[in-house]
Amino acid sequence: MSRTLSELEVGQEIGAATLAITRTDLVRYAGASGDFNPIHWNQDFAQSVGLPGVIAHGMFTMGAVIQLVSDWAGDPAAVVDYQARFTKPVIVADTTSAPTEPGAVVEVRGVVGAVDEQARTARIDLTVTFDGQKVLVKAQAVVRLP
Amino acid sequence: MTINPDLQGRSYPAGAAYSVGREEIRNFARAVKATNPAHYDVEAARALGHRDLVAPPTFAVVIAQRADAQLIEDPGAGIDFSRVVHADQRFIHHRPITAGDELVAELHVDAVRSMGGGAMITTRAEIATTNGEKTATSTSSLLVRGEGQ
Repeated sequence: MSRTLSELEVGQEIGAATLAITRTDLVRYAGASGDFNPIHWNQDFAQSVGLPGVIAHGMFTMGAVIQLVSDWAGDPAAVVDYQARFTKPVIVADTTSAPTEPGAVVEVRGVVGAVDEQARTARIDLTVTFDGQKVLVKAQAVVRLP
Repeated sequence: MTINPDLQGRSYPAGAAYSVGREEIRNFARAVKATNPAHYDVEAARALGHRDLVAPPTFAVVIAQRADAQLIEDPGAGIDFSRVVHADQRFIHHRPITAGDELVAELHVDAVRSMGGGAMITTRAEIATTNGEKTATSTSSLLVRGEGQ
């Protein structure tokens, strides 16, 4: 499905999604991205540097929640500008013994923040929360639409 | 260890080219739980007008973080990697990254600000094809925590 700019209004919700994360997801992201910092897979190490436990890569969360926007736009390449600030860690519990249980659940919701008719773009503002707190701040994606 | 304040304005030249392969795009897409067929199926990507599989919007981080490594591993920079926290990130895509691209990244240190005993370092990786076509600009702020932070 593809979108057109003319159908959009500021404040309109584009959708919401729930992201269930396991430690296996973090190991897979480490491998795919090349970021092997042990705070993302080793409990003892994470605690030794003062974290409550293993935390998700900020870039994992940023990379996963943008699917809401790419799927809504219809083409992942429509996302021409994407930014976020990492403010709170997503702590991922060890659910190895119950693999169907998520170690963390992140909620994402997207709203049209601005429409630029001249540039043919819309800015989508994402609200990304874990445990009721925002984990990404100023999470904004600019999407080019026909 | 203290951050060298003269880092601001420094640049690191593009290193060896990075070849973006189809399996790599598929693996990265799986890793960020992306399901759009344009990441997996060449025909689906072509139907959207792309040359080949399209990388997810944050794929450029793989290339940008390789460029950042040049700075972090520079003994003259004074950065302790175990104290580095990723504070923010932005990607501006000049054109989509697709399978078959040969990419290089030139790194610029745009800002160094003292923060308590640590520092906030803003880097910018200008990603282009080996033919010089601008592909993406990745900007990151890295917080280097000071002792006791």
